[in-house]
Amino acid sequence: MTVTMSRKRFAATLAHRLAVLAFIVVALFPLFWLLKVSVTPTKLLYSEGVRMWPSETTWAHYAFVIENSDFPLFFRNSLIVSLSTALIVTLVAAGAGYAMSRFAFRGKMWLVGLLLVTQMFPLVMLIAPIFKILSSIGLTNSLSGLVLVYTAFNVPFAVFLMQSFFDSIPKDLEEAAMIDGATRFMAFRQIIVPLTLPGMAATLGFVFTAAWSELLFALMLISKTDASTFPVGLLGFVSKFGVDFGQMMAAGVLALIPAVLFFLLIQRFLVKGLTAGAVKG
Amino acid sequence: MAAIDIRAVDKSFQKLKVLHSVDLSIDKGEFIVLVGPSGCGKSTLLRMIAGLEEVTGGEIVIGGKRVNDLPPKERNLAMVFQSYALYPHMTVAGNMSYSLRLRKIAKEKIATAVAGAADILGLAPLVERRPRQLSGGQRQRVAMGRAIVREPQAFLWDEPLSNLDARLREQMRAEIKKLHRRLGATSIYVTHDQIEAMTLADRIVAMEAGTIQQIGSPEDLYERPANRFVAGFIGSPAMNFLDAQAAPANAGHARLVTEDGLTFEAIPGLELPSSRQLTIGIRPEHVLLGEAAGEGAKEATVDLVEPTGMGAIVHFRFADISHQAYHLGRASWRAGDSVKVALPTERLHLFDATDGRRLN
Amino acid sequence: MTASASLEQAQPDRRPLKRLGLRVEPYLYSAPAVIIVATVMLVPLVIGMTYAFRDIRLLNPFSGGFVGLDNFRRLAADGDFYLALKNTVFWTAASVFFQFTLGLILALLLNRPFAGRGIAQALVFLPWAVPSFLSGLDWAWLFNPVVGPIPHWLTALGVMSQPENILSDPDLAMWGPIVANVWWGIPFFAITMLAALQSIPADIYEAASIDGAGPFERFRAITLPFLAPTIAIAVLLRTVWIANFADLIVVMTNGGPADRTQIVASYIFTTAFRRLDFGYASAIAMVLLVLLMIYSLLIVILRQTLLARA
Repeated sequence: MTVTMSRKRFAATLAHRLAVLAFIVVALFPLFWLLKVSVTPTKLLYSEGVRMWPSETTWAHYAFVIENSDFPLFFRNSLIVSLSTALIVTLVAAGAGYAMSRFAFRGKMWLVGLLLVTQMFPLVMLIAPIFKILSSIGLTNSLSGLVLVYTAFNVPFAVFLMQSFFDSIPKDLEEAAMIDGATRFMAFRQIIVPLTLPGMAATLGFVFTAAWSELLFALMLISKTDASTFPVGLLGFVSKFGVDFGQMMAAGVLALIPAVLFFLLIQRFLVKGLTAGAVKG
Repeated sequence: MAAIDIRAVDKSFQKLKVLHSVDLSIDKGEFIVLVGPSGCGKSTLLRMIAGLEEVTGGEIVIGGKRVNDLPPKERNLAMVFQSYALYPHMTVAGNMSYSLRLRKIAKEKIATAVAGAADILGLAPLVERRPRQLSGGQRQRVAMGRAIVREPQAFLWDEPLSNLDARLREQMRAEIKKLHRRLGATSIYVTHDQIEAMTLADRIVAMEAGTIQQIGSPEDLYERPANRFVAGFIGSPAMNFLDAQAAPANAGHARLVTEDGLTFEAIPGLELPSSRQLTIGIRPEHVLLGEAAGEGAKEATVDLVEPTGMGAIVHFRFADISHQAYHLGRASWRAGDSVKVALPTERLHLFDATDGRRLN
Repeated sequence: MTASASLEQAQPDRRPLKRLGLRVEPYLYSAPAVIIVATVMLVPLVIGMTYAFRDIRLLNPFSGGFVGLDNFRRLAADGDFYLALKNTVFWTAASVFFQFTLGLILALLLNRPFAGRGIAQALVFLPWAVPSFLSGLDWAWLFNPVVGPIPHWLTALGVMSQPENILSDPDLAMWGPIVANVWWGIPFFAITMLAALQSIPADIYEAASIDGAGPFERFRAITLPFLAPTIAIAVLLRTVWIANFADLIVVMTNGGPADRTQIVASYIFTTAFRRLDFGYASAIAMVLLVLLMIYSLLIVILRQTLLARA
């Protein structure tokens, strides 16, 4: 009896581990393949197409992409856009999130309503009007134009996220500080901000990831190489040099790096972020 | 150290009125306990004194100065919160010195003050730790330390012990009392625990539904509760109540008949119109059981006996109404036994049946 | 405030400005957020709605006039639009179904402790962080018989007669973006479900085991009812989101071959971006908005009737 029980339990445990392993393999395989092709010499690409690892590896694709293509420029542009967006959004959202967490005010319902409405309609609806408006004030083909648009798109969800971080800090702490002799602003700066830093970092990470990935508005608003972000540049490259797989995938791996770094930064906060911005990807 | 005057203070949250014209004078160095069930407005009153809630009407005066419009930082009060509200990112020393640093006091002075407070509270070995590395009792001490490093006009305590387990609560209660004796600081202490109120207070303020029911020494509230609410709230196990009616009696005396047929003869010092409705109260520890009940005792049935070690709470019933008696020493009765019960006339509290105010 | 009014007349508040400041404070903190969202999202939304009734083609300098319902009449007769509508339903239903099912299974797997769970969790959630354009490209390459292994595997398994790119097969092409979308979206459901699973108190399971419930019965009687609200909200929101999610299609197939992968959102994008016909794009967008609103309304009504019956 006990033997069959433990055998059954062992089988269940084994099945569980194998299932987890299967998920890990499926999750990682496409990324592994990206990496594999990016280090495969072009001459082996067709002869060893389906092998798990090439008989010979090379950094030549990376070297080419970094030295002879516009990708460093695209990378820099994407970095500027994503970092500025993330910084501005986090600051703006911290203000509104703090107000929503700590004050009862008449306009609060309207604020929540406004933020929710923006999460409900398809953003593709805005592509045409935003293009016309921005081109009339000269903000197409400009990184500032992209930052402006991305900031607006990410503020609503970031406000809810920051609010949840402020909510998790007891009000007592601020009150204790005010009784200890601090003004509300000092209590905010000396007590609340240090405690919300991890939350702000998480918000920064979420917004950075979102801005780094944005494709459609970048395609619409940017047509010049100078101002191209990574996705625009990569798609342009694909349509122009569609056969240079090694270089494309090397560029792809480069685009992946910042996203993965920020993923590690915000991993702990994924649940909070996804529930705050449930509508967001 | 300062006296505090609360004059006709009202508080409303939007349409909801939570305090109704509260008046209270607190002397310098006095230990006042605000006690009452949750929602009675005691915490709101404390927070208004602290400056954390706006005053809707009336005046709060601390040390002779009207403070209605002063922000908390200009009132120079210290407060201990129920949640302790320790700053998680600061050490114990950092928590205790924060208020002094805000006041830009010299570093050496701060160090002396913190060391002194840590010494008093037995925190000296822990000053470099962070709050999350401390036990519940230690956190409580840090919260107290944060209050005593300063020389505030008064200490405010908002249910400071309710997050502790029973044994620790007793121990801290005693420490708070010693601390008060040592510092002699004006203190206002909010609790829903009547034992805390009784043990700590110079004067207790019993509150219900946003009004003060009685102000007095612990003995006053226990021996002469001003109304039925205070009588029922103070004392554990709680006072027994019986509905009764006044019957014709000799001049200068009252005679009462309860609905289950008990009569109380010749209660001195009280004249009542015949058939006046009232409520009789008697504390469980004043109910006499068995032999102690003596001559003329009534028969009752024991429902349940709860030994407490020092004595026992005996639940018994007359007719169909259950009452409790506290019997010192060992109780030999069992459920179902019949027992002799006496309610000594001189121990009775009489209250008006409609408005609950004390009659005798 | 009424009670204090009389008192304040007798002894006027010495800091009226300060009081005003307190009232205004939350508005000051929220102002930047409100201003940027209103000007960059709400204003263009309203302007975009007027485009639907105008003839706005970027390449035609004489366009711009109001044309009434012309765009909508054209839309009513547009076969490509109906095809896109059909594709949207298939794309959304298949993506949500597989994302949800696999996400729930993953969450259940991760909900029991085992050595290395933290690392396993980080690895399986990693696809979420991959930029959508990159996952689109990556999967397009995986489906490409020149550099990708998938066609060769399918041939070896006998599913395909010879290694071909499913993205160029009109009957199969939609599965390309769907597979990429499922891979990319499993973490969203898994994380949401995992959070909900971990909020179920453990003692309920213990009580159920003591009452004699087996693992399957516990899942049916405890796990599912507890998860139901989270599932409902996640599926509802995710459905709307995926219906609008055009990135993968734009990157992988651009709607082709023969419009067989064109969904309404990518159709709007193509109309605006390639044909530069803003009037028509806005008209389609309006219809999409209305359809999504009807969908949400139906869900709400369905929920109400179900609740009323329960």
